[in-house]
Amino acid sequence: MRRLRNPTAALVIVGIAIALLITLFSPFASSSPDGLEKVAEDKAFIDSAKDAPYELIADYVFPWVDNEDAATILSGIAGVGIVAGVTFALAFGLQRLGSRSPAPEKRRDAGPRSSP
Amino acid sequence: MAYINPVSLPAIEPPAMHIPDGFVSAPVAAIGYVVAGVALAIAVRQTNRNLQEKLVPLMGVMAAFIFAAQMMNFPVAGGTSGHMLGAALATMLLGPWAAMIVIACVVGVQALVFQDGGLAALGTNVFNMGVVAVLVSYVLYWPVATFGNGRRLLHYGAGFAAAWASVQVAALLASFELALSGTSPLQVALPAMMGVHAFIGVGEGLITVAAMAFIAATRRDLLHLPLRKEIPLETS
Repeated sequence: MRRLRNPTAALVIVGIAIALLITLFSPFASSSPDGLEKVAEDKAFIDSAKDAPYELIADYVFPWVDNEDAATILSGIAGVGIVAGVTFALAFGLQRLGSRSPAPEKRRDAGPRSSP
Repeated sequence: MAYINPVSLPAIEPPAMHIPDGFVSAPVAAIGYVVAGVALAIAVRQTNRNLQEKLVPLMGVMAAFIFAAQMMNFPVAGGTSGHMLGAALATMLLGPWAAMIVIACVVGVQALVFQDGGLAALGTNVFNMGVVAVLVSYVLYWPVATFGNGRRLLHYGAGFAAAWASVQVAALLASFELALSGTSPLQVALPAMMGVHAFIGVGEGLITVAAMAFIAATRRDLLHLPLRKEIPLETS
């Protein structure tokens, strides 16, 4: 990783690669009910749950794909892309907005620099 | 739950950790939206003011990692599974405000695209996991990050504690919300939720420490709270 010149590019490539690698293992994830679901079953309030008003990639199963493992992995890949894209766009926008109106103390040190 | 809907593929049980619609009443859901909204507005204001440029790509990567990690349900005691929350890890790498935004993005996409967690319950879920879990992680981790002199074991211990506690507090809040909604009485929901999530929190802690160790070995510079000056993680 150190051989890549741009550490930011390395971070993004390696980070997204790790996330995608994890999604490849998603078919092996435990299918037991999770903490809240188990409690809801044991304490008999699971029936209070209502179905979602619409379904896109419901339950992490990509639609129109017959193979369950492939459908799960595809949903993971799609999710990694969507989540990374949304978060990156939001963070980038926030950062741009913030740097357009820099804080006054930041603006002041634009003058001649004394070397440390 | 998968058996209820005959159209869905029967073998894969939906790993729906987040609160679905119907579990929280309308007033609880509304309060969740308001409190989560206020917290996120503060987070946006804070990050808007002093978001370091280098954190922007890290936020996207962190969100992608947390999403993927949340798909990996691991088995815990008694036929139950759990999955990572990621609030503690995000807080360590990004600071609390950026971490809140990252978790909110993940939980938001899960609700809107993957029907994991209800739409009405989205505010409540963001409040539990994205706001309070992050704040608890921050409170438990920052003393070590600030005064720990980069001692590895201390960092890992605090990281584990923050991760475990963040899951516990999210479960605690969910129990209160279930009780307030009239879904399950507190004396029933609270011990059950805390008990199960005590085990899930151990998994959270182990994954968090493993991720910290990986980052310490590859990109040590990322592992500090950006609210403070650089605290290099070094064995002193």
